[in-house]
Amino acid sequence: MSTPAHPPVPEGGFDFFVVDTDHQDHADHDTTGHETGTVLGFWIYLMSDCLIFGILFAVYAVLGQNYAAGPSPADLFEIEKILLATAFLLFSSITYGFAVINMGQKNQTGMMLWLAITGLFGMGFLVMEVLEFEHLWHLGAGPGASAFLSSFWFLVGTHGLHVATGMIWLIVLMIQIQKHGLTPENTRRVLCLSMFWHFLDLIWIGVFSFVYLTGVLL
Amino acid sequence: MSNVQDNHGTYKTYITGFLLSVFLTAIPFWVVLGEPDISVNWAIGVIFAFGAAQILVHVHYFLHVSVKNEGGWQVMSMAFVAVLVVIVLAGSIWVMFHLNENMMPAHEQIERMRNL
Repeated sequence: MSTPAHPPVPEGGFDFFVVDTDHQDHADHDTTGHETGTVLGFWIYLMSDCLIFGILFAVYAVLGQNYAAGPSPADLFEIEKILLATAFLLFSSITYGFAVINMGQKNQTGMMLWLAITGLFGMGFLVMEVLEFEHLWHLGAGPGASAFLSSFWFLVGTHGLHVATGMIWLIVLMIQIQKHGLTPENTRRVLCLSMFWHFLDLIWIGVFSFVYLTGVLL
Repeated sequence: MSNVQDNHGTYKTYITGFLLSVFLTAIPFWVVLGEPDISVNWAIGVIFAFGAAQILVHVHYFLHVSVKNEGGWQVMSMAFVAVLVVIVLAGSIWVMFHLNENMMPAHEQIERMRNL
């Protein structure tokens, strides 16, 4: 970040709701939400979400091999499809990055285009996941079949719900930008959704490494 | 304008992060799909090492986490959560492994029960 280095912790600690006088001469920064504390607040929310996922990973680590004489990961998971879903999510991460760059250049058309492409990749990922869940369900590998499947559905389903929420957010935000343009509020929202979206891709790294790839090897 | 660019990355940093991610994703998938001649433990080690590396790549190139952001509070909160997640994960696995071990009767216990 290019803002001037912060001074050491002031007496009485930081107050994120006070406009930092150092920053007032940078007009750009008034739109990014750093001065209102929104960006930091959203980051803290993501960290709490990270704890939820950490606990779900721990549950999966403990229960993931209790198959109750039912199917195991090697019987169920189709790694080629997981690779495609992973590619969708990774592509959506970089296209969102391009949208943020276009926003920095005040290029609203370019930004909307990249956001739309991001939405398509996100939709591709969701479709893959719904198809996988449907496939498992029809095989009788629903969340009630074994402790492994309960923890699997809970972990992967929670991630999928987050992505679905991100999609709804993306669509609503695009409508807002279409209507009101790149107002400071919309700019801030785009940056918050950016963190949310990249964070979900980060969680997915844990899911495909730990659940899918490790699962079929064991 | 340059400030915004620096804050949120450039085409160059995004593409760098993307290419690194593609590499760090491709190798673990190849380890499983390509069935190279390595032991399962090695394969799992590779998957975890590359996964951890890719998480760091995402944190740096996509989430733009930096010690300078938000007066250091961004890194502080992330480090705090990372410590908690490690405690929860490692602690759960450790405790439950020993629980499962101790629930299993040892060989001599089974023999003793037979001789009763």
